[in-house]
Amino acid sequence: MSSRTQRPRRATTPRRRGLEPWLYLAPALLVLAAMLAYPLYQLVLVSFYDYRQPQVSGVEPLRFVGLDNYTELFGDSEFWGVLANTIGFAAACVLATLFVGGALAVLATRLSRWVRTALFLSALAAWATPAVTGSAVWLFLFDPSLGPVNQALSGLGLEGFEGHSWTYGKWSAFGLVGAQVVWCSFPFVMVTLYAGIRAIPEEVIEAARLDGASTPRLAVGILLPMLRPAMTVVTIQSIIWDVKIFTQIYIMTSGGGIGGQNLVLNVYAYQKAFASSQYALGSAIGVITTLLLLGITVVYLRSLRRNGEGL
Amino acid sequence: MRTRHLRRARVDLAGALITVAVAFPLYWMVLSALRPRSALEAGEASPITLQPSLESFRRVLYVDGLGQYLANSLVVAAAVVVGSTACAFFAAVALARYRFRTRTTLLIMVLVAQMVPVEALTIPLFFLMRNIGDAVPVLGLNHLGSLILVHTAFAIPLAIWMLRGFVAAVPRELEESAYLDGASSFTFVTRILFPMVAPGMVATSTFAFILAWNDFLFAKTFIISAQENQTLPLALLSFFKPDENDWGGIMAGSVLMTVPVLIFFMLVQRRLVSGLGGAVKG
Repeated sequence: MSSRTQRPRRATTPRRRGLEPWLYLAPALLVLAAMLAYPLYQLVLVSFYDYRQPQVSGVEPLRFVGLDNYTELFGDSEFWGVLANTIGFAAACVLATLFVGGALAVLATRLSRWVRTALFLSALAAWATPAVTGSAVWLFLFDPSLGPVNQALSGLGLEGFEGHSWTYGKWSAFGLVGAQVVWCSFPFVMVTLYAGIRAIPEEVIEAARLDGASTPRLAVGILLPMLRPAMTVVTIQSIIWDVKIFTQIYIMTSGGGIGGQNLVLNVYAYQKAFASSQYALGSAIGVITTLLLLGITVVYLRSLRRNGEGL
Repeated sequence: MRTRHLRRARVDLAGALITVAVAFPLYWMVLSALRPRSALEAGEASPITLQPSLESFRRVLYVDGLGQYLANSLVVAAAVVVGSTACAFFAAVALARYRFRTRTTLLIMVLVAQMVPVEALTIPLFFLMRNIGDAVPVLGLNHLGSLILVHTAFAIPLAIWMLRGFVAAVPRELEESAYLDGASSFTFVTRILFPMVAPGMVATSTFAFILAWNDFLFAKTFIISAQENQTLPLALLSFFKPDENDWGGIMAGSVLMTVPVLIFFMLVQRRLVSGLGGAVKG
C-alpha cells in the first residue's frame, strides 16, 4: 500500500476512522456482553447468596452468605464423589479417544485408497451425529431385551445377557456412555492426527522403515514427537469436551443414574438448580467447573503460543 | 512381494471391519426406523428388513407432531446462522482491517470467550431469560427467541475467529480505490467485502447451525411448559417413556435430526481439519 493514497483519507476524516471499528464491533460486543459476560458475572455473584425457591418467588429476601455454599459443597461427600466421577470419567474417555483416534490415524496411512475413504466417511458420520441422537441410538443398541447387542450375546450362548441392563450398574453405565463418547469424538482426533502424519515428509518414514523400524516403534519414536503440536490440540480439546459432558450422561443414565451414581459436575449442577431449586448451590458448582476448565484453557493457550500460532 | 500383498490385504480387511463397526450404530438407526413396528417390538434383530416401512416416520410426523418441532429447530438454527454470521462479520471487519489500541486485547477475549463452558451459565441465563420475558415475551422463557439469543452469542466468538482471516485476505488496494471512487466505509464493507468473504461464511454458518441444532441443555432449561415451542431434541426425549420406549419413533426422529447435520458436515469436511472441529461438539 502506498502512503500517497492513504494520506488524503486520513486527512479528511480522522475522527470517523477512530469511531468506525467500534461501530462495526457494537452488535457482536453487545450480544456477547449480555449473553456471556453478564451471565458469567451473575453466576459468580449468585454463588455467594442464599438463593432458593423462596428467594426466587420473592417470599424471602436475598441474603449474602459469603462462601457458605462452597463450604457446604466441600463438606458434602456427594460433591467429592461427583468430582471424582467427572475427573475419572473424563480421563478414561480422553485416553480411550486418543488411543483409538491415534491408532486409526496410523492405520489409515497404510490403507488402500477406497478403504480409507470409507473409514473417513463413516468416522465423519459418527462425528456429525448430534449427542442427543447418538445417545438414543446407543441406548437402543444396548437395550436389555430389544437391543442387538444383548440378542447377539445371548445368541452366542451367553445366557446371562438375556435382558441384562447395561445402565443398572455404575461402572457398566459409565462404560456405555464412555463408548458412545469415544465413538463420536475419536474422528476429530483421527482426522487431525492423520493430517499431521501426512504433513511429515515421506522420506523420514521411508528411512525409518529401511532401518527396520517396526510400526509401533515408528509411531512412538518418530511420528509422536513430530506430531506434538497436533497432539496438544486434540488432547486439550478432548479434555474440555469430556469434563463438561452433559447430554450423554443426562439421556443415557436418565439424569445421573440410579441414586445419582453416574452424576458428573454439569449434570449435578443442573439437578441441584432445576430439580431441587438450590440455584445458589448449582451456581457454585458451575463456578468450580468453570475454574477447572479455565485452568485447562490457560494450558491450551500457552501451548498454542509455544507452537507459534500467535495472534 | 506376495507377503507384502498379503499384509496389505490384512490391513485393508482390518480397516474395512473397523469402518463397518463405526458405521453400525447409524446403520442400525436407519434400519430400525424403517422396520415395521410389529417386527421391532417382537424383538426382531435381523441385519436387514424385508418390508421396509415408513410407518414410524409417519407416526412421529403426524401423530406426535414432530413436524412442528422440526420447524422450530429450523427456525432457531436459521436465525442463529443469520444473526451470528452478521455480527461476527462486522466484528471481523473491525478486528482485521483497523488498527486500534484495544485490538489485541479484544482478540484474546474472543479466544477466551470460545472456551467459556456455556453449560455452567444455564442458571444465570435462565433468570436472565425470565426477566427479558417480562419485558419482551417472545425473547423470554418458553419462546424460541430465548434459544436464538443464547446460541447467537455462543456462535459469535468462533465465527469472528474464522472470518477474520477471510476479511484480512481482501487486498487493501481494493479498499483504497473504493474510497477514491467516493464509497463510504459501510458501502465498501457491505457491497464489496461481503460478497468476497461470503465463501468463508459457508463454514462459519455450518458451525453455527450445528451448535443451535444440536442443543439439548438450553432447550430443556428454557422451554419449560410451552410444548408447541419445543425443539427436536426435546421432542425426541419425550418419546422415552419409563414403561415402554417407542423405539421405532425414537429412531425415526433421530434419522430426521441427524440427516441435516450430516449434509452440512459433508459440505465443509475439508475445513474441519484445521483444528476448528473443537467447536462442533458441545
